[in-house]
Amino acid sequence: MTNLKPVDVAIVGGGWTGLALAKELVTRTSVNVVALERGAPRSLADYAMDMDELDYNIRLRMMQNIAEETVTHRHSLAASAVPVRQYGSFHPGTGVGGAGEHWTGMCFRFLPSVFNLRTHLTEKHGAARLPADLAVRDWGVTYDQLEPHYWYAEQMMGVSGKAGNLRGKLIDGGNIFESPRMHEYPTPPLKNSYTSHLFEQAARNLGYHPYPTPAANLSENYTNPDGVSRVACAYCGYCSRFGCMIGAKAQPTNTLLPVLRKHKSFELRTGSWVRRIVHENGRAKGVQYTDANGQEFFQPADTVLLCSFTLNNVRLLYLSKIGTPYDPATGKGSLGRNLTHQVEGGIRIFFDKPLNAFMGAGSLGRRISDFDGDNGLTGENGLLRYGMLSFNGNGDLPIGAFGAIPPGTTKSNWGGEWKAAALKWHDRAAQLNLYGEHMSYRQHYMDLDPTYTDKFGDPLLRFTLDWTEHEHKQRDFAYDLAAKIAPEMGAKIDPTRPSRARYNVINYQSTHIQGGATMGVTPDVSVVNPYLQHWDVPNLFVVGASSFPQTASGNPTLTVMAMTYFAADAMINKYMKHPGRLS
Amino acid sequence: MKRREFLTIPASALGGTLLYTLAREPLRLQAQDGNVKVPLRFFTAADARVIGAASERIFPSDASGPGAKEAGVVIYIDRQLAGPYGADKYRYTKGPFVESFPEHGYQGKENPRETYRAGIEKLGANFPELAAEEQIQKLQSLEKTHFFRLLRAHTIEGMFADPMHGGNVDLIGWQLIGYPGPRMNYRNDVDQHFGSEFRLKPAGLEQIMKRKGNPWEDEKV
Repeated sequence: MTNLKPVDVAIVGGGWTGLALAKELVTRTSVNVVALERGAPRSLADYAMDMDELDYNIRLRMMQNIAEETVTHRHSLAASAVPVRQYGSFHPGTGVGGAGEHWTGMCFRFLPSVFNLRTHLTEKHGAARLPADLAVRDWGVTYDQLEPHYWYAEQMMGVSGKAGNLRGKLIDGGNIFESPRMHEYPTPPLKNSYTSHLFEQAARNLGYHPYPTPAANLSENYTNPDGVSRVACAYCGYCSRFGCMIGAKAQPTNTLLPVLRKHKSFELRTGSWVRRIVHENGRAKGVQYTDANGQEFFQPADTVLLCSFTLNNVRLLYLSKIGTPYDPATGKGSLGRNLTHQVEGGIRIFFDKPLNAFMGAGSLGRRISDFDGDNGLTGENGLLRYGMLSFNGNGDLPIGAFGAIPPGTTKSNWGGEWKAAALKWHDRAAQLNLYGEHMSYRQHYMDLDPTYTDKFGDPLLRFTLDWTEHEHKQRDFAYDLAAKIAPEMGAKIDPTRPSRARYNVINYQSTHIQGGATMGVTPDVSVVNPYLQHWDVPNLFVVGASSFPQTASGNPTLTVMAMTYFAADAMINKYMKHPGRLS
Repeated sequence: MKRREFLTIPASALGGTLLYTLAREPLRLQAQDGNVKVPLRFFTAADARVIGAASERIFPSDASGPGAKEAGVVIYIDRQLAGPYGADKYRYTKGPFVESFPEHGYQGKENPRETYRAGIEKLGANFPELAAEEQIQKLQSLEKTHFFRLLRAHTIEGMFADPMHGGNVDLIGWQLIGYPGPRMNYRNDVDQHFGSEFRLKPAGLEQIMKRKGNPWEDEKV
């Protein structure tokens, strides 16, 4: 083990949160910062030749190498877990920029009630009417506190969209159910594709309030407040699971890295796999990492910022023996609890005309939030929270889109009859998508697997997770809503109702694994305080969606960034001046 | 090292006049006897004929258009199996291997190369010579196997993947479905052509970028 020269701040992970914090620190203070990223360097030039569906969309060439490290999954406490051997329900990224390079770019603000969900639900329904195993909590931070940080993140990325609630004034065409915004979006909405146009018209005709999905795909050329310029999206259809070859999709490498490169006080060390956070007597001393050649290093640091993906944040805390592991049997302990995914589901619809669906952008589309949070829900039948329904026009690619035919059209899914049907229906199928809140439950958590290990021999992270009755109700609600909208779009809905299947690790859901190192106002149930500072180790901050006690309907990245900037202000304005517990 | 084997295909059977050799240099067919010899990376010539015939049953060449044979699907599969994918370089392959629920996906120890070797044995060396009905019956008997699921998925991939991967010869798959290829820009078209077909002439990534691609199967295993 080689001991390195101490630094002020060591950051684990070179993705959205790590680079955002690095940028705030080096531009606003005099500290020196080193970010340790286990993957490879990346730049715009790397993406020119990645417009290849097979390698990137199907073989998932940008993702973390699952051969080296994966997670295990089981449905319940009584079962034994098996490893996720090939990617399916989520796609962790690697390399500089992390998952922020291959993301889709959907940029939602969460509803105010998401941040105080326990209080909200108790006031609305009474504690007795909530499921006994419900583990949702108040975050300890409110929407109003985050609003300026949301805005800061939106400007950094140049988010495109249309406000529906500007300082309390409702605006037609935007999302009138959204949390009040102080500013209009930095850039106007993306162009609308045919299917998305049909969805918008149909939803409007039925009295709903469709609005453009807020997108980190630029609708026009844009220069952000840091002076970083990017060009408008070209709607090429190679977005989610790809890096943007023209830089129109906001990625850490095309927004934050250009600023960081100018600062000598910042160093990005790639190929550096952090294995442990070294700590003693309640203080982090630095991090231990292994480089690409297998050499081991100790990087001492005054402050450690744990900024990797949810899975790795939680696993590193376990491996470093920091915090109290959660025990679902007793309900005691904090590390690992409140594991959630996102309740997504696609409902297929069929048209009798071509859609030209190969054109699109990651977040192009329209959606309705008329039933987001608990808008319009009484809580009868046990449906406490729903979410959004959308059409996403992210660009159909030829392999993935082939073979979408109405069920029952052919006996077999191969051979001449099937081929003819698949050709006939090609470019005539689309999907409406549910984005549902995923509430946390006591029995869903992460810990270390007793059997399976990573390439170094360290235990893998284990998921215990399944769908509950509530998520099935959300999917049923989405299907009934889609069944109203589809005919109005001139489409026929797939008559297959959502299955009540158990959680599976095969079908892509979203990469929005959340929780495990949650924030809260008391250390008995949470790992970090609302400033993302570890309760037991005040010079360690754990940043990212690992801190979310439950998920909202919307994709988490923008809220992850707003929380990161909220924490950055506390770090810089308070902690750096008086290192100690912030709450 | 095994002797390099070649798949000999009548030029008339292929979709286009362009093929890609191992080095992916375009090779214009000028064979005197009307045959083209494609160097194989993984299969023996006999294996390639079996998989070629099986993929042709999954995506046949028929009245609705060309199929796996014209698209060179078997060449695509051969390259995938020879590369990191075939060797499971990017799959978690630590034991213990246990049977689990379908929700946990493929949990087996066998990599795609081994799955194909066993699958080819089940199909039998005489598979290409069987009558069409017999071939279909044989495949139906394997429908529930991991091998068949791979073969079906790979056949579709070989039809519609970028031609730099060895299949979709002469963009025949993309012509079949009207996919234009990885065009860089639809800014002026994405909100037009509502309800009517907008079909550009297909082009592959290397053709559009005027650069050699970097397909994953070429990575050293």
